[in-house]
Amino acid sequence: MTLLVNKPGMLSTIQDLGRNGWQKAGVSTSGAMDSWALRLANALVGNEPGAACLEITLSGPELCFEEGHWIAITGADLSPVIGDRRVPMNRPVYVRKGTVLAFTVPVKGLRTYLAVDGGIDVPEVLGSRSTALQAQFGGLNGRAIQSGDRLPAGRKSAFPHRLLQKDEAFYYVNWTVNPRLLPYHHPRLIRVVAGREWAAFSKPARRNFLYTAYEVTRDSNRMGARLSGLKLELKKEKSLISSPVSVGTVQVPANGQPILLLQDRQTTGGYPMIAHVISADLPKAAQARPGDKLSFRKVSLEEAQRLLIDQEKKLQSIIRSIRIKRSEF
Amino acid sequence: MLFMNDKDEYSSQPVKEKVQMLPLGDTAVTVSFGDKIDETINQQARVLSNYLDSHPFPGMKETVVGYTAVTVYYDPVTVFKHHPQTVPFSSVKEILSGALAAADGDKHESKERVRHIPVCYGGAFGPDLHVVAALHGRSEQEVVRRHSETAYRVYMIGFTPGFPYLGGLPEDLATPRRKSPRLSVPAGSVGIAGSQTGVYPFASPGGWQIIGRTPIKLFDLKRDPPNRLQAGDRLYFDPITPDQFKHWKGAKGHDPACE
Repeated sequence: MTLLVNKPGMLSTIQDLGRNGWQKAGVSTSGAMDSWALRLANALVGNEPGAACLEITLSGPELCFEEGHWIAITGADLSPVIGDRRVPMNRPVYVRKGTVLAFTVPVKGLRTYLAVDGGIDVPEVLGSRSTALQAQFGGLNGRAIQSGDRLPAGRKSAFPHRLLQKDEAFYYVNWTVNPRLLPYHHPRLIRVVAGREWAAFSKPARRNFLYTAYEVTRDSNRMGARLSGLKLELKKEKSLISSPVSVGTVQVPANGQPILLLQDRQTTGGYPMIAHVISADLPKAAQARPGDKLSFRKVSLEEAQRLLIDQEKKLQSIIRSIRIKRSEF
Repeated sequence: MLFMNDKDEYSSQPVKEKVQMLPLGDTAVTVSFGDKIDETINQQARVLSNYLDSHPFPGMKETVVGYTAVTVYYDPVTVFKHHPQTVPFSSVKEILSGALAAADGDKHESKERVRHIPVCYGGAFGPDLHVVAALHGRSEQEVVRRHSETAYRVYMIGFTPGFPYLGGLPEDLATPRRKSPRLSVPAGSVGIAGSQTGVYPFASPGGWQIIGRTPIKLFDLKRDPPNRLQAGDRLYFDPITPDQFKHWKGAKGHDPACE
């Protein structure tokens, strides 16, 4: 037992890289909305890339470390603090036993990832520790964390830490990930590939989708981001047979307002699909807050996959560099 | 053989022409066998899905059978590692063409799975049974008989964990949804919506006409696998009494669905 939840925050859930192989049984993948940030956080504390982290939404929790830990905070900047000192992001931080971590002002982005060395060690359900909020399993009893919960950490890495001064609650390494390498440039510009019904949408609809902004509404959650903007209409009414959907799918129900499907989406859908957000831009989409206005730009499938492969290469080289840096301790 | 008969060479063409491979974003592809709800089309999808599940390619994550298609989810980065000379989608399309041909070869689908779901019809368990009966000018008993005598096909599982999309509802039982949906329909409720029939695995809001309820769980994490039904299953609803419902044991040996 190692992390005591003093306050849960708005929505903090345990997530890893998600659940594979069960969509055929109607179980959505769940998993970190910004998997790039989750993998970075894990690398910084020496975890496996898919170790479970705490995904924190907008207003953060207050957590008490019942043991000393290496931690890393990535993704959205929600002003993590210990006492009255800011805790730097995107680098390994050592926190002493008894330290309380809190979050104050949400500066940028929506979802923060907190990794602890050893990972959060809840039981795997169907091959993953991710919380499935709708189906209510996985994570901690299938729900968001609550005050009084204790989050168990797994076996810690043998990552040495120096002795802390008497009044020192935490310290951190003197290096960080180059911010230029983070995948959040042009945070409101989201690239898409055409969806199956792209050509079935009217010309004005396609133009609106690509050349006017769509606002993320308050009705958004881990299932999907409901967007609001100029109405998107089909050339003519079309009734579709329900079929599997994917993370990033942008579907348009009869009211003409698009919905961007996310990790906790239903596995099948019957609405026309105008587009899909490319995988390389899912981290940005995951960080968009209600009120943010998104612009979509269409790229070819080939370019989308090339961008993903490039992004992955970059992340792998960051992870390699982190390993070298950590071995210098 | 010097000369080939046109018919031999092209005889398999028309079927193949209907097969389309459409990208579903940059991490999935849908192999579509047609555009209408049809047993044969759904079976073709299942054959390919079964083949891929037992012969996964490097980078394949999972397959999902839909009414008319199989969706194959993959990791473009892994696919690219194995086929660096071309864009992952093209590689996957090529792999799937091969799989289609190979799956065609072992067409003998494994033996059909038959599942029985016990249902207590009417009363508090099926508050809309009388609506369905009245609409079609039948007695409630007739509706129950007709609904439970029919052999259904599980076309796909989706929407929520364990929810079966069923084909086969007799046309003379088709009933429009309720005008005002219920705020909560209990788990296990069996309903009719238009020409569809199905079972709610979990309590949820819903507008289906509820005609009965099953005491068994369609999705139960204590079981392996947790889903009671899968695409391709032949499904029967077996009428039970309220008393049987009350005393229903999920344990093995007492459960006709556990065969």
